[in-house]
Amino acid sequence: MITVSGWADTVLVCIVLTSFVLLGSSRLGACIRVVAFQGVLLGFLTLAARQDDPSLRAPILALVSTGLKGVAFPWLLFRALRDANVRREVEPFVGYGLSMLIGTSFLAGSLWLAGRLPLPSPTISPLVVPVALFTMLVGLFLIVSRRKALTQVLGYLVLENAIYAFGVGLVEGTPMVVELGVLLDLFVAVFVMGIAVFHINREFDHIDADRLSALRDWAG
Amino acid sequence: MSGGSILPLLLALGLAPLLLGVINRTKAAVAGRVGPPLLQPYHDLRKLMAKGAVYSRTTSWVFRAGPVIGLAAVVVAAALVPLGAPALVAFPGDLLLFVYLLALARFSTVIAALDTGSSFEGMGASREVTFSTLAEPALLLALAAIARKTGSLSLSTMLPHVTVGVWAQAAPPLALVALALLVVFLAENGRIPVDDPATHLELTMIHEVMVLDHGGPDLACILYGSALKLWLFGALLIGLALPVHSGHRWLDAGAPALGMLLLAVLTGLVESSMARLRLLSVPRLLVGAGVLSVLALLLVLR
Repeated sequence: MITVSGWADTVLVCIVLTSFVLLGSSRLGACIRVVAFQGVLLGFLTLAARQDDPSLRAPILALVSTGLKGVAFPWLLFRALRDANVRREVEPFVGYGLSMLIGTSFLAGSLWLAGRLPLPSPTISPLVVPVALFTMLVGLFLIVSRRKALTQVLGYLVLENAIYAFGVGLVEGTPMVVELGVLLDLFVAVFVMGIAVFHINREFDHIDADRLSALRDWAG
Repeated sequence: MSGGSILPLLLALGLAPLLLGVINRTKAAVAGRVGPPLLQPYHDLRKLMAKGAVYSRTTSWVFRAGPVIGLAAVVVAAALVPLGAPALVAFPGDLLLFVYLLALARFSTVIAALDTGSSFEGMGASREVTFSTLAEPALLLALAAIARKTGSLSLSTMLPHVTVGVWAQAAPPLALVALALLVVFLAENGRIPVDDPATHLELTMIHEVMVLDHGGPDLACILYGSALKLWLFGALLIGLALPVHSGHRWLDAGAPALGMLLLAVLTGLVESSMARLRLLSVPRLLVGAGVLSVLALLLVLR
């Protein structure tokens, strides 16, 4: 019999691995699939965290979050990718190897930081806080180090996954209404971003976000 | 320094070429061919030993010493690796000696390749060194993670410490280490996702290109050395992934030997089902293996 912490640990290690795959993979389509897989893993984490809870809360939450992150978001993002009709390569500012090395330092930093972070309530596994911090950092890094608007949406989703993992990992947990509300917000956000990506692409014929910074009110 | 059993060394010296035979046979079977006999590598070695060697006038003693030093280093490394029984030589810290003996073997091959003065071999040497720079941290950190988990710095004591109980208690880091070691196993031995041992195209060659100018007994030394190296990395992997420590002597010795055969079949299947990576993506694979090792180390350090 594997304990709650054992299952949760395995799922959390898998989440770390998906984050590293995101840092190292060069295809946009693969990145979308990996983020979707990360969402499914979070569903498993919800179930693993609430194993002893007899109520239907955990299954419902897991089902809704898996449905949204594992099915709806990839569908929306793939549609945006198809409509934008861009080169399906990530085109990073920071190379893949270096990104992975930076990810390793994030991981070490998160483990160090989590060791000194006082928490109000115990967590389901000692790995929850470091993994959540690490995934958060990876999400931020993906947002700043990748060129395409679509990868920035992915970074934002990874960031949200991290915050969700943090919430699930605390034994007290957040109320279900709040979790579902956040998921709804997220759905609207991804929906709007998908439309925004399409419009950016229609106006400028690309979705390179770095070139938006050259926009000015006046010429020169 | 404590004396162990001579069995792992004898197994390695005797059965290492058989592993190559099994891999080739598996690849042939998947491709629908009959394939070479299982003992073909032994016949190749015997044939090469009977030949004379031809040396280019541009080469020096470095070229002649390369294969001999390489084989000697690998044989000494084979004395350090346990398989079913403790190794012949074991002392705290021998895992570092193991890694650097293999590095010495590689260095001698590289320096001999450079000694020929051929730009072709120089290219191979450069690739070999680049990739091993990335594979070595992955290997060392993976070994460090096992050492930390088992509290031992010797290969002969740390691999038997990895039992089913340890696996149940710390499955994620050990699985990561095993995966990292598998990638290092394939990369260091020039197997398919990294290098294709069957081709002689200049674009794909890493290990093969460095030994083009060797012939006869020298080539036999190199082939035997690389077969031994394959066996040694396999023994590390099997020692970790197949923890059979029943106390029964024959079972303990037989299970790892069977494991090695399975590993050879697995390697053959990987080679049949995967394409070789582009040269530019190989570093990413090796950095990935290093990241797995670091993750495992951080998990056991926690």
